[in-house]
Amino acid sequence: MSIDLKTIKHIAKLSRISIDDKKAKELEKDLNSIFEFIEALNKVDTKKVDPLTSIAETSLKLRGDEVKTKNIREQILKNSPDENKDFFVVPKVVE
Amino acid sequence: MSDIINLTLSSLINKIKKKELSSQEITNAYIARAEKSKDLNTYITTDFENAIEKAKKFDEKGNFDYKLPGVPLAVKDLFCTNNLKTTAGSKILSNFTPSYESTVTQHLWDEGAILLGKLNCDEFAMGSSNETSFFGNVESPVGKKVVPGGSSGGSASALAAKLTPATIGTDTGGSIRQPASFTGTVGLKPTYGSCSRYGIVAFASSLDQAGPMTQDVSDAALMLDVISKYDTKDSTSVNFKRGDYFKSLSSNIKGKKIGIPKEYRVDGMPKEIESLWQDGITLLKKLGAKIIDISLPHTKYALPAYYIVAPAEASSNLARYDGVKYGYRSGGDNLISMYENTRSEGFGDEVKRRIMIGTYVLSSGYYDAYYLKAQKIRRLIKNDFDEAYKSVDAILTPSTPSSAFKIGDKTNDPVSMYLNDIFTVPVNLSGLPAISIPAGKDKNNYPLGLQLIGKAFEEQNLLNISYSMEKELSFKNNLQDWWIK
Repeated sequence: MSIDLKTIKHIAKLSRISIDDKKAKELEKDLNSIFEFIEALNKVDTKKVDPLTSIAETSLKLRGDEVKTKNIREQILKNSPDENKDFFVVPKVVE
Repeated sequence: MSDIINLTLSSLINKIKKKELSSQEITNAYIARAEKSKDLNTYITTDFENAIEKAKKFDEKGNFDYKLPGVPLAVKDLFCTNNLKTTAGSKILSNFTPSYESTVTQHLWDEGAILLGKLNCDEFAMGSSNETSFFGNVESPVGKKVVPGGSSGGSASALAAKLTPATIGTDTGGSIRQPASFTGTVGLKPTYGSCSRYGIVAFASSLDQAGPMTQDVSDAALMLDVISKYDTKDSTSVNFKRGDYFKSLSSNIKGKKIGIPKEYRVDGMPKEIESLWQDGITLLKKLGAKIIDISLPHTKYALPAYYIVAPAEASSNLARYDGVKYGYRSGGDNLISMYENTRSEGFGDEVKRRIMIGTYVLSSGYYDAYYLKAQKIRRLIKNDFDEAYKSVDAILTPSTPSSAFKIGDKTNDPVSMYLNDIFTVPVNLSGLPAISIPAGKDKNNYPLGLQLIGKAFEEQNLLNISYSMEKELSFKNNLQDWWIK
């Protein structure tokens, strides 16, 4: 199996990473060599094997839905790339 | 001054407690050496002024009963530090200053340690040579233009070059043990769930684990005492009865059963590593351990399975870097193009590759063929270990299939870079603890490490075996300080 250029561009779109044609070709080469390496897994019969989703394999603990830190608006907004001090600002979404 | 930097962490602590050395003397000694060692590029951010201030405060009214009383430490730049820039080696976080502290680093400061600064690493801990960092590659003190390994390469280099008496790294597929092996230092990856992941920049959440990187095994035990604690802020933190690792160190390993997995004898492995492994086996026998041949039949599938599981988790974890709430933001006509440009410019090549792999294996139509398949293989790999541990207490392997290589040697071929982690990755997939200890040198005088893999939550056993081996190995790095300016 190989991954073509069209698929590369589709994955890039899903990943929200813009790539030009030169980059797409590089990625096509790299990803194909990586997947060639990964294909080794197909040799293993896993029909009767349960997937291992977590090493801990215990159910996650429930906790009360309580507020532990309050009034940290300034802290949260401190790293916002936009200057606005009251909200996170993004390019206009609604026309 | 030169005496201070040659002390291990535990002897440094002894001298502080006996008031033979002050925190200020020690802190100043490490800072002075770091200033002369800039060529290694180990630091991304230094916090020297604050460190001196804190050392002064400690000397005035510090608590000498702490486990790390007034000890200056630098840590990998993957741990969030309150009010100090935390970049994960990435452009996308190059301007990020956390307003909270990771649990593991908080434990260090709560025991009296003082932060020196943040150490270089591969971008988002994705790499085995510290060449993917946005802040440039790190040079290893073991040789000119030699990689320190990765991803905790800055930590390993700084430790080996004596710029910090000990440090902490993170290990997702070998990122503590492989650089430890490359630099002649000790690196311990604790059992998954031992050390809290809270406040560590996430790479692959089911594999990531923080751990100590130290000059010797005693120091690793001491650091583990400080950082291994149950934490409600990490939903996968495990509440088990932790040992008193440092105090319980023992070099009596008579009757311990050590497994030797035949599958770790890989094609093309240098003779030096094969004989290092043999010498390790001979040494263990001499120490009274019983050597048992074992089989871990699915070992060769660990790396391909890892390169599905880790990128899949990474693609989800790194979805948060969108230029909205924090981090680097690029321009764009609309929201989507702002996202796409931000991520394209903010992430480096290796990170983009892994996000793309992860997105692909999780995408509609491919999930069962790749992701589910990899999780099933992961079960088989863990079953192999479970089976082996019915007859052995620990497993001895080489840490890496080669010694350190030159900068630029493997950057053009991702798969050859990935093969570095062939002996370390199965451990992460199975959540087990493992330690790399320096055991010898190759023909270039570059260090080589041996890895001991233990049963889950049996770090003490692992520490005791490596402690007893270390005494006999008496490894010395004997670095020539060639990088000092």
